[in-house]
Amino acid sequence: MSKKILLDKINVPGIKTYEVYRREGGYASVEKAIKSMTPDEVVEEVKKSGLRGRGGAGFPAGMKWSFIDKKSGKPRHLVCNADESEPGTFKDRYLMEFIPHLLIEGMITSSFALGANRSYIYIRGEYMWVFKILERAIAEAKAAGWLGKNILGSGYDLELHVHCGAGAYICGEETALIESLEGKRGNPRIKPPFPAVSGLWANPTVVNNVETIAAVPWIVNNSGDDYAKIGIGRSTGTKLISASGNIKNPGVYEIELGLSVDEFMNSDEYLGGMSSNRPLKALVPGGSSVPILPADLIFKTANGEDRLMTYESLSDGGFATGSMLGSGGFIVYDDTACIVRNTWNFSRFYHHESCGQCTPCREGTGWLEKVLHRIENGHGREEDIDLLWSIQSKIEGNTICPLGDAASWPVAAAIRHFRDEFEYHVRFPERIKNRDHFVNEPFEKVKHLASKQTV
Amino acid sequence: MKVTIDGQSIEVEPGTTILQAARMIGGESVPPAMCYYSKLKGSGGKCRCCLVEVSKGSEADPRPMPKLMASCVTGCMEGMEVNSKNSDRVREARQSVTEFLLINHPLDCPICDQAGECDLQDLSFEHGKSKTRFIEEKRTFEPEDIGPNIQLHMNRCILCQRCVQVADQLTDKRVHGVLDRGDHANISTCISKAIDNEFSGNMIDVCPVGALTDKTFRFKSRVWFNKPFNAHRECTTPGCCGKTTVWMFGNEIQRVTGRKDQYHEVEDFICNECRFDHKDPADWVIEGPRKFDKDSVINQNNYTRKLDTVHIATEEGILKGREQDRKKISMTAIPLKKEEQEEFKNGNL
Repeated sequence: MSKKILLDKINVPGIKTYEVYRREGGYASVEKAIKSMTPDEVVEEVKKSGLRGRGGAGFPAGMKWSFIDKKSGKPRHLVCNADESEPGTFKDRYLMEFIPHLLIEGMITSSFALGANRSYIYIRGEYMWVFKILERAIAEAKAAGWLGKNILGSGYDLELHVHCGAGAYICGEETALIESLEGKRGNPRIKPPFPAVSGLWANPTVVNNVETIAAVPWIVNNSGDDYAKIGIGRSTGTKLISASGNIKNPGVYEIELGLSVDEFMNSDEYLGGMSSNRPLKALVPGGSSVPILPADLIFKTANGEDRLMTYESLSDGGFATGSMLGSGGFIVYDDTACIVRNTWNFSRFYHHESCGQCTPCREGTGWLEKVLHRIENGHGREEDIDLLWSIQSKIEGNTICPLGDAASWPVAAAIRHFRDEFEYHVRFPERIKNRDHFVNEPFEKVKHLASKQTV
Repeated sequence: MKVTIDGQSIEVEPGTTILQAARMIGGESVPPAMCYYSKLKGSGGKCRCCLVEVSKGSEADPRPMPKLMASCVTGCMEGMEVNSKNSDRVREARQSVTEFLLINHPLDCPICDQAGECDLQDLSFEHGKSKTRFIEEKRTFEPEDIGPNIQLHMNRCILCQRCVQVADQLTDKRVHGVLDRGDHANISTCISKAIDNEFSGNMIDVCPVGALTDKTFRFKSRVWFNKPFNAHRECTTPGCCGKTTVWMFGNEIQRVTGRKDQYHEVEDFICNECRFDHKDPADWVIEGPRKFDKDSVINQNNYTRKLDTVHIATEEGILKGREQDRKKISMTAIPLKKEEQEEFKNGNL
């Protein structure tokens, strides 16, 4: 049994309520931080812990906190990014729904560390019921004196607000989130200036993922060094993984970083292997925007080492043979899945969610989707595969925000690893027209048709 | 601060962007800009046409920047070295942005009032390909009436958002903006309101393409058949400079616009009264003909030089058709006489 930090108390009955949460030792980190530590000491502990941003990019949280401009004298803000919209990722919802006070506690401790007196949780519009849970939890915390003026008699004030988005993936990008929070159209801002200097209402702002903030109480209660002992190398601590797809036990799991992918996939403690007797075909390890991995690169890296659930090991080999840990949306495919169809589905999502501000993403995502749709429906041309490669390479890196990259990577990886499947779609439109291709006839059986051979 | 762009160095003030520095140097290394407008605050960064490669970040941190940067929103640093036209990567990126801008842009230049002074035409002349790889149906929008003076062609829009910034910064109440998102994002008024502000006409001048055109000039003339003159009048509208360019055909003023510089940016904004209501030459003090670039489309109307007629060496009948056929299809008796109109109504003509 591995160490649990976030989901340790998740099975305690009534942990949703303030009384039970407090009885189980909740809000101890707030007491400890406010009564016996200075804000800088809290930041120092988080720095020592090596905690990395859990939203996808994996930027060290302590370093992000230390960038915040404390000299300007402007009010500072902490914003929690609960706009979890990455297809395949649902860990923040689980955390907020079943143990909401953990996030509130983390928000108070983190706000204290940053010297923020007004903090926000920006939650996506589709999580309306979670929004209500959080509102209730905040009211409970406020009634118990953990929020408001003069918390624990220390003179530190904090107001915490939950803001509900209106259902836009792009508002998970930190500057778009800030724009949306200000009441404007959720368009990403051009950086610099970075939010640490000029964020919400031009004040210094830190934006962190729900899971990142929820890990702070444990770090403060124990110590940064204790947290850093968990995990391997620069991937410290535990990570929530949202597992879905053709596996026996889908759901949210807390793992110690450094667990091997093989153990996570096949042990009964975690996913318990495939849900049917069909073989594994592919894996998306970190949410829809990270590159997909073919079966031979899932358990071993290209140079034969065990693939581990860490930031480094999953991205071993770069994009050629690796992927990313991302936000931990672990999607498993067996051989009935059609990669072309899956890529088209992801592409459709990015087309729908592009904000339309900058040219490559606005026009390119739509183009990708249209071409993929054609190939999937048997109207593809041989040159379309190279066209897709060309379009994605022209979007990547040329956009204002990372959405353009997120739209390009899955397409690039699918073509890189599953090109023969695209060719099969183009060359045998008759075989894919009933939409049940690969269900009765796995690709392995028809692969020879798409491969080059001399007759 | 010293910056070097395509090998040419210049001293600039702190806070200058790469694009502004490049414009100070001038010449071929000036990046094209579709959304940046120096007179509008907060413009730029969206179209990605002005991407440049920063090969040396600054004297203090000489590492190159990994991504191409939008030159209109990236500030210069001491000792920065930038590649604009010299870099293959930049050229390729501009070509791809041009391709992206054109995939959904209609190919209606022959009937577009902007043709001849369109930034997208210039961009695709420089960076475009003659062949398209886009075989899908182009996205289109329903036509929308946004008021008596301005014609909106949403299909042509490239979403630079300059017109939104004009409405924000020049008028007191903005009634239009960007609606929807992604490739369905469109410029529209909130619940079909008409745009009627005294400075709304400047939206036409700042529009880089033919998405916003002058209704009083609609289909009147190709821009290169007009002669531009600098003119001014005593304008009583507060905030209007009264200095304009009038576009004349013979003795008739067909269009009034702001005075635009070499980057197609107006020198000063003008009011709607100057723009739409004064088409009588007597209203204006004409200062003299306007200078234009030697290579510009406007210069094609320069008939001080001898025009060459193209002769096609073939039979006249092939070029013109038979005499009797030409008579048949030409309509001599339009408008019809009164009794003929009656006949026509009865369907006997």
